[in-house]
Amino acid sequence: MIQNLPWLFLLLPLAVAAIDWLFFKKCACCAAALSILSALGTFGLCIAYLTGLCTGTPDVYTWMPIATEGMPSLSLGLLMDPLAMRMMLVVTGIGLLVHIFSLGYMKGDTSNHSRYFAGLSIFMFSMTMIVLADNLAMTFIGWEMVGFSSYLLIGHWFNKESAADAAKKAFITNRVGDFGFLIGILLTMGVFGTLSFSEMGTGTEAIPTAVLTATVLCLFCGAIGKSAQFPLHVWLPDAMEGPTPVSALIHAATMVAAGVYMMVRLQVSMGEGAFTETACLVIAGVGAITAVLAALMAVQQDDIKRVLAYSTLSQLGYMIMAVGLLAGEAAMFHLYTHAWFKALLFLGAGAIIVRCHHEQDIWKMGGLGNRMPITTVCFLMGTFALIAIPGFSGFFSKELILDAALEKCPFFFWVGAGVAALTTFYMARLCIITFCGSARAHGAEHAKDGGFTMSMPLLLLAVMAVISGFGFVADYLVPFEGFHAHGFELGLPFYVSMGALVVGLLLAFVIYGCGKRSKDPLSGNFISKSLRERLYIDKFYDKGIIGILQECGARTIEFADSAIIRGLFAQGAAWFTGKIGMLLSWIQGGSLRAYSLIIGIGVIFVIFLLAYTFPSL
Amino acid sequence: MLIWLILVPVIAAALIGLAKAPARLTALASATFTLIMGLWAVISTTLNPDCAECACWSTFAGHDLQFTLALPLSRIMLLLSVIVTFAAILGLKAPDKAAERSWSVSALLLSTGAIGAFLSDNIISFYAFHELALIPTFVMIGYYGRGDRRTIAWTATVYLGLASMVLLAGLLLLCSQMGVWSFSAIKVAVAAGTLPTGCLTAGLLLVGFGTLVSLFPFHSWAAPAYASAPTPIAMLHAGVLKKFGLYGLFTLAWAFGPACESFFGCWNNLLLVLLLGNVLWVGYVTVAQTRLDDMLGNSSVMHMGYIFLAFAAYVALGGNNELAFKGAAVLMLAHGLTIALLFLLTGQIEKQTRTLEMDSMGGLAQKLPGLGFIFGLAGLASIGLPLLANFAGEFTVFVSCFQGWTFGEPQFESGMLNTISGWFGGLGPVQLALIFALWGLVISAIYMLRAFRRIFEGPVGLASERATALSCTDKLSAAFLAFFIVLFGIFPFIVL
Repeated sequence: MIQNLPWLFLLLPLAVAAIDWLFFKKCACCAAALSILSALGTFGLCIAYLTGLCTGTPDVYTWMPIATEGMPSLSLGLLMDPLAMRMMLVVTGIGLLVHIFSLGYMKGDTSNHSRYFAGLSIFMFSMTMIVLADNLAMTFIGWEMVGFSSYLLIGHWFNKESAADAAKKAFITNRVGDFGFLIGILLTMGVFGTLSFSEMGTGTEAIPTAVLTATVLCLFCGAIGKSAQFPLHVWLPDAMEGPTPVSALIHAATMVAAGVYMMVRLQVSMGEGAFTETACLVIAGVGAITAVLAALMAVQQDDIKRVLAYSTLSQLGYMIMAVGLLAGEAAMFHLYTHAWFKALLFLGAGAIIVRCHHEQDIWKMGGLGNRMPITTVCFLMGTFALIAIPGFSGFFSKELILDAALEKCPFFFWVGAGVAALTTFYMARLCIITFCGSARAHGAEHAKDGGFTMSMPLLLLAVMAVISGFGFVADYLVPFEGFHAHGFELGLPFYVSMGALVVGLLLAFVIYGCGKRSKDPLSGNFISKSLRERLYIDKFYDKGIIGILQECGARTIEFADSAIIRGLFAQGAAWFTGKIGMLLSWIQGGSLRAYSLIIGIGVIFVIFLLAYTFPSL
Repeated sequence: MLIWLILVPVIAAALIGLAKAPARLTALASATFTLIMGLWAVISTTLNPDCAECACWSTFAGHDLQFTLALPLSRIMLLLSVIVTFAAILGLKAPDKAAERSWSVSALLLSTGAIGAFLSDNIISFYAFHELALIPTFVMIGYYGRGDRRTIAWTATVYLGLASMVLLAGLLLLCSQMGVWSFSAIKVAVAAGTLPTGCLTAGLLLVGFGTLVSLFPFHSWAAPAYASAPTPIAMLHAGVLKKFGLYGLFTLAWAFGPACESFFGCWNNLLLVLLLGNVLWVGYVTVAQTRLDDMLGNSSVMHMGYIFLAFAAYVALGGNNELAFKGAAVLMLAHGLTIALLFLLTGQIEKQTRTLEMDSMGGLAQKLPGLGFIFGLAGLASIGLPLLANFAGEFTVFVSCFQGWTFGEPQFESGMLNTISGWFGGLGPVQLALIFALWGLVISAIYMLRAFRRIFEGPVGLASERATALSCTDKLSAAFLAFFIVLFGIFPFIVL
């Protein structure tokens, strides 16, 4: 019995979501309290298992008893290895802080509290499903469910057109990725004969390289969708329509990192041999393209959340690149550090947005450094970690990826270095405009720090953003054999990334000065315009793929269907019956009632006829 | 015992139609009776499978017209029938008293015909019950349908009438060839060595059954008929009666055992192409719809493709593919429940907003959050969200297509299909069809979310302003179906 305690990881949030949704519609506080308690419960449980207070392997639940020869039953089991439990620590930890922060952030919207907190709880349930899954089918269930909860939460303010559209876009774009993912899962089952992570590693040598490449790349499609990699990256910036705490939890720290987690999980269980050269090159290439494009687009965004969203894309690109370079430990390390500091940045942005009366344009902020000191300091901690200032967590993890790139394929190293410079530049731009100078709009003039529920999570996350890269934390967080967090090692990667840091900072200060400008000096030209237009990729999808291919295609097919198929068959049938009708016109009065009567009589007649002809009937 | 499942609704219908008994009450009493009785029959035979072996819960006074739950799909289809019937009659909202009378009678007769067909072991009574059930469909569309009801009713009548003729010819050919007249006897005969033969017979059966299930390209009758039919008729026909064709195909294939490969096999590759027509062609037709009822009618046609896929996978392995069979069973049950719920909600939406044009609604979830919640649940179930019923069926069907497959050389002569097959390590026709069919998951997400977006989200539209509140029976009937969708989503295999 006691060994089944870990099932609470799943059941607690699921039950809470159901209760919130069904019974606490009128009672906002109860819904919130219940959800926070469940997050606290899972976090506590996670700590208990990590510290060894609780042990034991939970039973496997056979969900669909469909086992036949060569096909395993579809079962739900919890795989609680170090990799999964460290990820759980991040998910439940940040989840708990975001739940608490939401209390302050959603104060003005209490009427929808039950829906909001039920959504958060159902997200916790689904994310846990992905993290603890012991087979790919269970991963897929969680995969779809996080997509659903993300749909729910992006569209929380569904009466706003843009939010409803963004939610739909996120779900459908993810479905495109899942199309490939599902093929990959089925191929895995056909090729490896199992979906279970613990049985996948055997017999890889006997499988032809081409089949392995196809399988891994199909599975990677899932990661492209969920982790918003090019060319399916378009949903993530739009997802910023959701409440900011949701962006912090789902669209920065946990769900979007699920693709990376899944790929690392596959690398660990299939063995690195399954990741063929071609597959690795494609994966690393996709990561690198995403990292560069997203960083470029971030340079010209004016919405504080969008800057962070593009930055998330770019960092996810880094992680995927590391996966492609077969540096799973570097990818996971960056995932952990990124989760803390990006959640911090988003929650900081959330605090700023609330205090500026829901203003998100950085050009209408300014001078917040004096008025919101706690938020500013925390936000800067996050920024330092993101732009990899030595000593902050992001520095160590980014260095590890750059090391791996230099070792395996120097091209990706230089790409990574370029992205680092861009990252520094856009984050410095963001901080200068937001915190320095003087207020550019009325909302920013009276801003002040949020209350306890908002400041406490910020401070805790700031601490993590600083320390999570240090050896004593990192060695614990990254459960790979032989992994040791770096100290400061002087070498090419260090010099290059310092160079990138200095170049980025210098450029930003030269261009934006001390935040006195009221307008972006870079805007107005062609490059800026195309970056603001997201390099026209979204437009191409909207107008080209959806507008022309899908809409016109669907209408053409609809026309062909009604004109040709319906016309041809119906006309043919009508002609046929018309001929019979002429023969039998004395029966047919044209009345539907008479006609149905005739059918009835006919049927009974047929039965009698048969019974008569075949006495054995 | 099982005979009462048929007799009680017929008696109730006669009381309403001839003796002018209070329509709603009588129909509800009958539906409640069949619900309890049906659930009990299903549960007791599931818990005690040996009792299903003793088969005939009713022999009809020594005659061979007997009802049985021993056929592999009977129980699950009976379950589906009684649940949907109850919901349809509970949620029945007719425009006036006379209509209420005829709606109740047709709903009762329709469900009786379906139940009779699913319980019949004898092939002729199996066929005849279905024919009887079609009549109320035509009449109800003709009298109470939306839009151009006369034309739609006639199209459906002609299509289904011709299909029934083709089907009857196929069944007669088959039975006279086998020399026996019931599913169980065919199974015995096949085991004894009398094998069914003849591509023509198989073709007649596929076209006949296929048209009844709206297999591409014989699907044109279905979407307009569902869109036009009054709510309870659309629920019962799309949810329950339409499964007759698939039920027949699967039960015959089960009876043939390994011989089903040689019998249906000659059409299998063509069937794979046609079912892709259902999933992809009709899928895009669905995307282009602007009215909710048309959209749902087409989506129901589209989803049939996946069940045909299970059939093709079952046949391709000569019946040695239990997964395909089980997956199809769960998917039929799930699809029946979801589409019935969606049509029920369509009726409620039309009552509230007095339109079904999706663009003129909008923001309805603000006015009626409960309706939005249930519609979202049903819509997401129909596009295969895990933990709701359809996912379990779909996923099992997908898995079953890869049953018995191992990587090797491409299996086609040459050409593009061969190239694609080669990329994935030599996929066979069924697996290749599956990969194309999986794109349907994206298509269905597009049309369903788009519909939800247009109807329920965004600012409150003109038509949505009219919405007031749902009645108690509206909520109850919808919640009843939703409960089962969730139940079978979490425990998909409790009935198998």
